[in-house]
Amino acid sequence: MREVLEGSQAVARTVARCRPGVVCAYPISPQTHIVEALSAMARTGELADCEYVNVESEFSAMSVSIGASAAGSRAYTATASQGLLYMAEAVFNAAGMGLPIVMTVANRAIGAPINIWNDHSDAMALRDSGWLQLYAADNQEAADLHVIAFAAAEELEIPAMVCMDGFVLTHATDVLELPTAAQVDAFLPTYAPRQALDIDHPTTIGTMAGPESFTETKYLQHLRFLDAAGVIAAWSERFHEAFGREAGGLVSRYTADALERSRDAAPADEGDVTVIAMGSVLGTLQAALPALRAEGVPVRLVGIGSYRPFPAEALRDALGGSRTVVVIDRALELGSGGVLTGDVGRALAGTRSRVHSVVAGLGGRPILEESLRGVVRRAHAGELGALEFLDLKEGGVPVPHAGATEVHR
Amino acid sequence: MRQIRIHGRGGQGVVTAAEMLARAGFLAGHEVQAIPSFGSERTGAPVVSYCRFDDAPLRTREPVLVPDVVLVQDPTLLATGGVFAGLAAGGLVIVDTTTSAVEVRAAAGAQEVDATVVTVPATPITLRHLGRPKPAAAMLAAYAASASDVTLEAVKQVFRERFPGAVGEANAAAADEAFAFVRDELTGTSESETDAAALEAREV
Repeated sequence: MREVLEGSQAVARTVARCRPGVVCAYPISPQTHIVEALSAMARTGELADCEYVNVESEFSAMSVSIGASAAGSRAYTATASQGLLYMAEAVFNAAGMGLPIVMTVANRAIGAPINIWNDHSDAMALRDSGWLQLYAADNQEAADLHVIAFAAAEELEIPAMVCMDGFVLTHATDVLELPTAAQVDAFLPTYAPRQALDIDHPTTIGTMAGPESFTETKYLQHLRFLDAAGVIAAWSERFHEAFGREAGGLVSRYTADALERSRDAAPADEGDVTVIAMGSVLGTLQAALPALRAEGVPVRLVGIGSYRPFPAEALRDALGGSRTVVVIDRALELGSGGVLTGDVGRALAGTRSRVHSVVAGLGGRPILEESLRGVVRRAHAGELGALEFLDLKEGGVPVPHAGATEVHR
Repeated sequence: MRQIRIHGRGGQGVVTAAEMLARAGFLAGHEVQAIPSFGSERTGAPVVSYCRFDDAPLRTREPVLVPDVVLVQDPTLLATGGVFAGLAAGGLVIVDTTTSAVEVRAAAGAQEVDATVVTVPATPITLRHLGRPKPAAAMLAAYAASASDVTLEAVKQVFRERFPGAVGEANAAAADEAFAFVRDELTGTSESETDAAALEAREV
């Protein structure tokens, strides 16, 4: 059934249909609506057989999730920004212990200066925590990804973050079609942990590993992570078969003419300017770029669905040797460039592609269609630098007037 | 595509208004999207939200820069300068006020702007029915009275669904009264000065 829903509500309902046994979270903007909705569903019984645990911090939220998952329960939490950083130590522990927790990250900037709005700095700060990181292009995908995330995480015994742009998606209302409870039940296997803490058969997990074994432990974790791309791709494929729409996957392809998402779209070719992006800006690019095609600019679009593991091979396939690559990057590696650009550059090392980094949308700066078209036009004309900041205002830090709203930004 | 921008203050239900408008638009068969913009999160601070209707699925996440329609839930925002910003030529501006279109234009410094200005006392109407200054239903009913994108019935339905019981009924009653007020205004049976003739001519 197609219905009009706020992104956060869509995610909460879909998570509930995945039947988590334990939900433990601490509210922080812009994730709050998700856990509020789950809390209400736990109270009313719509979220059945689930313990909703209130805690005093994100560190405890992840710690409870670790305990629940280790005891054999399907565990879910959500956070953003400083909340993710506050739980960082436990986030790494969850991965190291092989606990397939699913966590929504409502992507938000990190202070200082304090900023509640969207960029990807939070998840990027934990890119090497050993979690899968799946990015939603829109609210339909944000909801759908949670089903895929539970399936892939539990098969791999690797925890998964589902990253969705804070406010831009979490607080936006769209026409969506949620997986029904019956569909999710048919699609998502019951969680069957390989090992679970059991008081009758005591074991310890996450123990000390000294220099004699730490490298090997990490190596095994690395090998398991190498399996992840195939598992994510397979579950995304099954999702497409079961639900008839695309979600997840390693990279998303878009048709050359209408910029519609299509797994069957041909790769770009050498002469194309190919834009690579991740998250909700993909929708803005879909709207912005057809006008450039009409102008005769050979522009193509490729989305990154899985940032961790990074899909180097699938990306190279989609780029098809495209010489001019523009990465729209919502996080900044200070002194270097966009964070995503670094991964793209490593994937394209030794190819003839030239990678341009465009840092955009930091701290909630709206990414405008005309600005994106300007970047692509300049890339096509050979005028785009190796690193640029989209819509950077010159002459110092602007100060908004009293009562300024987004209209003035 | 039809693009709508809603201005108001924190606490007046500006974000809810955009979401309810999207829901009403969906009932009319449109693809819809509502985007709030969050600022300082203080009651009384200026807030804007956006809504789009289209025939095809909406992809863009860009804020509405060139609105066809602007709804203003608080007339004290007129003087801040942003209300008429980017308005498409011949656009529609609906203001919650007890004053006239002429006074609205003067307050906003928009005497010469190519637009139709409709006024409706949405907050006084809502206070009578609901007892709280949350004029979204009355404002959306005023929109339904001024354009063909959404119907009064759809506006009432989405508020009844969201706020079942007395609150939904009070919103529906406020919507009825605001709709009738604007229809009277547009057909010239009321005394208030509006751009009604212009609106009729333009078929906004």
